Amino acid sequence: MTSASTQPVFIALQANYDTLPIIEAITHDNPHATVVEYPAMVRIDAPGRLVVSRQSIEERIGREYDLREVQLNIISLGGTVDETEDEFTLFWQDV
Amino acid sequence: MQVDIKTSNVKTVRQAFAHLERRFGDKVATRYQEATYDIQSEANFHYKPLWDPDRDMYDRRRTAIVMQDWYALKDPRQFYYGAYTITRARWQEGVDRQVAFVEKRKLLEQLPKNQRDLIVAALVPLRHYEWGANTNNAHISAYGWGVAITQAAMMNTMDRLAMAQHLSRIGLLLDGSTGETLDAAKQEWVSEPSWQGLRREIENMFVTRDWFELLVAQNLVADSLIYPLFFGRIDSKLAEASGDSLVLVTEFLSRWYEETSKWVDAVIKTAAAESDANRLLLEGWVGKWRGPLLEAVRPLAARFLGSDGKEALASITQAFDVRIAKLGIGVAA
Repeated sequence: MTSASTQPVFIALQANYDTLPIIEAITHDNPHATVVEYPAMVRIDAPGRLVVSRQSIEERIGREYDLREVQLNIISLGGTVDETEDEFTLFWQDV
Repeated sequence: MQVDIKTSNVKTVRQAFAHLERRFGDKVATRYQEATYDIQSEANFHYKPLWDPDRDMYDRRRTAIVMQDWYALKDPRQFYYGAYTITRARWQEGVDRQVAFVEKRKLLEQLPKNQRDLIVAALVPLRHYEWGANTNNAHISAYGWGVAITQAAMMNTMDRLAMAQHLSRIGLLLDGSTGETLDAAKQEWVSEPSWQGLRREIENMFVTRDWFELLVAQNLVADSLIYPLFFGRIDSKLAEASGDSLVLVTEFLSRWYEETSKWVDAVIKTAAAESDANRLLLEGWVGKWRGPLLEAVRPLAARFLGSDGKEALASITQAFDVRIAKLGIGVAA
């Protein structure tokens, strides 16, 4: 599932203690992403593609993590979602 | 009249305590960092303890291990009080459900007497082992230096009490809550010859002063022989005759062992990597405890596994040697 589109995708998370390591993992895995901090919200934009990886979140929180847990903290997102056990990916599908 | 709703962003003046900023830079600190780093009392010890007048109340010199920064021994599970109690409460819920199921269906109580007696002899005496481990970790917590290690050791003491209680519950499931099995298990522990080696080594740990040596002896060496043997081999062997109902209530113990090993490994690995002097000390301690503890579990393996005992111990010690090699420690045996 690749796409040539470089239109920005984004994920907006609540700004709280649970999302600190998640944001850190996302920014580490997606060097092309930009993080914008709003009151009580953190929005991460990236051109084309954004990956949330289970493994790098687990490395930061020191326990097993189910990627579905991230849903508890998602405020909004933009892009097509491709979800597996290991990765939660946002991109724009070619139509 | 027109009302404009605007959001205004108030920037916090500080993101973290100054001591955390010095360690981790100017960013929001995690709860674990807030509850762990630089909390150890380090100064103004006016009064020398009567029980150890040559040292301070809290003193780095209560172990031969030397660390530049004792907070390097952090817990990869990031357990502070909140995270620890939440995780354990979740586990407890699961375990309670399994125990309630076994109790309701009388899965263990209805076993033939000889099989029940065998389970009592093989597993329930370990509640005394866990109590010993509780005491040993309390020593580590009391005399250790740096909250990173002492808080994790304190949580380990609570875990050990839980293990002892869980083993007692298995006993009560077997005797219909009369408590006879607990008396029988106590007799096993204090007078049955096959348990005496292990009991002796636990008591040797009680008189070990160096808290880091105790951590190696109890949490690294003893546990990595006891847990794989009893909750990997002996419980499966018992289940051949008694059915899987026993494994329903022992699975939890091996899960706990797996989780706790992550902490023990991280601590030992960091201490060994700090200096050659530390590594040599750790190698010496592993070598000192590995032999006697192995001899101590040999009669138990022979008693409960029969002819498979030798092979089981061989593979457990091999796994142990691989584990400590990964931690950067050679076998000095």
